[in-house]
Amino acid sequence: MSEVFEVGISAELREKIREHGVETYPYECCGALLGTDHDVLAYDPNQAARKISREVLSLFPLVNRRDDSPRNRFAITADDVREAEKAATTQGLEVIGWYHSHPDHPARPSDYDHDHAWPWYSYIIVSVHTGVPQEMTSWRLKDDRSGYLEEKIAPMRIRAAN
Amino acid sequence: MSVKVMIPTPLRVYAGKRDSAEFSAATVGEALGGLTSQFAELRKHLYTEDGKLRAFVNVYLNDEDIRYLAKENTPTKDGDTISIIPSIAGGVS
Repeated sequence: MSEVFEVGISAELREKIREHGVETYPYECCGALLGTDHDVLAYDPNQAARKISREVLSLFPLVNRRDDSPRNRFAITADDVREAEKAATTQGLEVIGWYHSHPDHPARPSDYDHDHAWPWYSYIIVSVHTGVPQEMTSWRLKDDRSGYLEEKIAPMRIRAAN
Repeated sequence: MSVKVMIPTPLRVYAGKRDSAEFSAATVGEALGGLTSQFAELRKHLYTEDGKLRAFVNVYLNDEDIRYLAKENTPTKDGDTISIIPSIAGGVS
């Protein structure tokens, strides 16, 4: 059975990611996606697929640690990951993924993204062209690391995190 | 001797949703070997094809980064905790 991946995120939070990308342009921005993971939500007979869904309920913006090459790279240290996990736990959430911007490049995972990706996490990418935010996409690394599956970004109304 | 290995969230799906597992091991490398033997699908996410820990995989023995100890040869003792903490990287091109 095929699987359909979906990540719910409100317009407000999507706008905050875009604003972060504009703020750091021409450098890459990055941050954590805090939310809840539903694993397999339901079998969707219309798509003959298992729908695997999660929701982003809060963001944890981070500083890009790649100050040697911030235009085309981002890095989040293990200490930053721990801080993001603490922030998530405080809000009754978990870190379900990461976002970053691609300045003057499409919102598609690069080979470099691929080499450094973890499974399970959602990776949201926003393209920022000449300082203006463009397309936003979300991706999950395949279990065998052979590539990515695009995850549908589902609009949802904002809901306060606990 | 028993050593606890904390499994990071993105890898729990390959470990029966567990957040930790215990192994009898004399070194950090042996404990990680126990983990990847029991949960074989984890291996490709922790190690490169030539058997080296991936650059974005950080391993701590009781909060000490093993890069500053004896890496995977770092000896362990009963009751130690090994944590695998991701670092995240990417970018254009």
